[in-house]
Amino acid sequence: MSLPAYAGKLETLWYYLFRVICGLILFFLIAPIVVIIPLSFNAVPFFTFTKEMLAFDPAGYSTKWYADFFTNLNWQGAVKNSFIIAFFSTIISTTLGTVAALGLSRSEMPAKSLVMAILISPMIVPLIISAAGMFFFYTEIGLASTHLGVILAHAALATPFVVITVTATLVGFDQSLTRAAATLGATPVTTFFKITVPLILPGVISGALFAFVTSFDEVVVVKFIGSYEQRTIPWAMFSGIREQISPTILAVATLLVILSIGMLTAVELLRRRNEKMRGLSPG
Amino acid sequence: MTDTASHHNPRDLGLKPLQTVDGTPLKVSLARAKRRARIRAVLLVMPLFLFILVTFFIPVFSMLMRSVENPVVVEVLPSTVEQLANWDETSGEIPDDDVFNALAADFKVAAVDKTAGKVGRRLNYEKSGFSSMFRKTARKIKKLEPPFKEGIIDIDKKWADVDYWRVLKRESREYTDSYFLTALDFTYTDDGERVLKGDDKRIYIDLFARTFWMSLLITGICLVLAYPVAYLLSTLPVRSSNLLMILVLLPFWTSLLVRTSAWIALLQQEGVINSLLVGAGVLDDANRLAMIHNQTGTIIAMVHVLLPFMVLPLYSVMKTIHPSYMRAARSLGANPYTAFVRVYMPNTVPGIGAGAILVFIIAIGYYITPALVGGQSGTMISNFIAYHLETSLNWGLAAALGAVLLVVVLILYFVYDRIVGVDNMKLG
Repeated sequence: MSLPAYAGKLETLWYYLFRVICGLILFFLIAPIVVIIPLSFNAVPFFTFTKEMLAFDPAGYSTKWYADFFTNLNWQGAVKNSFIIAFFSTIISTTLGTVAALGLSRSEMPAKSLVMAILISPMIVPLIISAAGMFFFYTEIGLASTHLGVILAHAALATPFVVITVTATLVGFDQSLTRAAATLGATPVTTFFKITVPLILPGVISGALFAFVTSFDEVVVVKFIGSYEQRTIPWAMFSGIREQISPTILAVATLLVILSIGMLTAVELLRRRNEKMRGLSPG
Repeated sequence: MTDTASHHNPRDLGLKPLQTVDGTPLKVSLARAKRRARIRAVLLVMPLFLFILVTFFIPVFSMLMRSVENPVVVEVLPSTVEQLANWDETSGEIPDDDVFNALAADFKVAAVDKTAGKVGRRLNYEKSGFSSMFRKTARKIKKLEPPFKEGIIDIDKKWADVDYWRVLKRESREYTDSYFLTALDFTYTDDGERVLKGDDKRIYIDLFARTFWMSLLITGICLVLAYPVAYLLSTLPVRSSNLLMILVLLPFWTSLLVRTSAWIALLQQEGVINSLLVGAGVLDDANRLAMIHNQTGTIIAMVHVLLPFMVLPLYSVMKTIHPSYMRAARSLGANPYTAFVRVYMPNTVPGIGAGAILVFIIAIGYYITPALVGGQSGTMISNFIAYHLETSLNWGLAAALGAVLLVVVLILYFVYDRIVGVDNMKLG
């Protein structure tokens, strides 16, 4: 958007004012995330910039909150649980979600929109309702307070994201490619692994990343159906904020921001690769 | 085609329907192939469908059923319930000896099984006093000798109060509407009629209204903030818009807990914003702003959390609006304002609809951020559901509140599906 040549004075003024407004809104979006990074190096347990920090006095800074995070068993257990639960629920949801998306994108699939609506529902139903339902049900069948219970619950919550991303990738998928493979003598299994998988892989991986983040960031369900043994990072942060908030939480938050920058980069690269591949494929 | 097909005489074609190699009519064969393809598609979807059914659908459904299920009274006091059927609750008299005898028999069993307290707690939701009445009666029933009517009334005077008997009879049904009545602030009159509670006694209607209003406000603020950003992003050259897009996507990918704790660090009394304002001399140290643990804090933090959900759908719609539309409007004599309002904005309505419904759906069921920064005035319906699940243990009421919330969300979801289509939903 560049300023048109015929713009009057008022329009020119508005043009620059508009950019300032947008700048402020983007600042609102990003500032809270940026602010916690220096705050996590605070030498004193306050949530504000001390005089020493503002004067860039080294005495005002410290890495002790990071040291606390890396030595505290409460946090280390949470990190381990978070990765275990997110890893397995990602595997389950990505496998089931991808296979279902393949079926859903076939034109022969009956009652497609109804089935889709049901499969997407874990994303739509408010988390507190899902958490309550799972709490009662999983307690009855003995899966409450187990890792398996939390993994299954998170997998259920994450599948809609996989279904949506993989279905979106399959929109541009050329079915004649699989037919071509079949006429050339490939079995359905070979066709799937040699033709379909490489083509939809970017969608599958970004779906898997979404699933991973869904589980990694989820706190309501794990709070209801898990116990201390299943505590995840968000669980520990949630109870940390509720009980007594220490700057260790900001140190954890900073590390999580770095993790999400990595995730964002990966998804962006995949999206571009996917667009490139679709640009090349016919139809 | 294989060689075996060649024995068909072309002249036969006019007489017989088209056939495949093995001699079955083409129509049948095609139908069979189609059916097979359909089964294959269903088989692919089936594993996930069953998985969602078992791990999600059945749990949520059976939880919602708790809002109408009412088994406790019938289970623990079966013969009392049977005898109560003959009692006329409009007579104004308490039940006769038969009912009291049955009650004594039921209570003797319940005292041994230790189930009387459960019924007392259940009935206490309807009328306070039941809990102590049942506990006392269960404790003393073992030593009680006939006549039971006088004896039981002796244990607790409330047994002579016809109001308690009315509630007991009402809640002896296996299914009840009393949780839903409570969730919608209705109550029973002495004659058993359902009426809306007085203004000062309404809790949940006010809470639903507040949740609705806050979600609406959050959606409105998100729209106002997202519209210019999405417009800027969609009109900038790709290189710079990709760069600015990171500023929208990074919050989107950042953990909710991270963003909530960031807002706590910023907004609290000893936090960054207050300290900066005091340091700059704008604020007096004694008058630090209360921006958190109230409605303001919830709204600020939730707008921040939900803003990307508004920017992204708006952006994807605005991206499709060709700049020549605006130029055409200008060349036809419209001033920039008219061109924008009459030509550009109507084209963005699908994006506004999609973003607004999405943000509203997420906002209305939100739990974590209000729980952490909401304080008293900023709590929403989800927080009350959590309270009844964890603290008051009134699960029936929690289920009823959840069901009401779910109905609202599903209506909006249906509208969203109509406008956008769930399969067109875009992520990131």
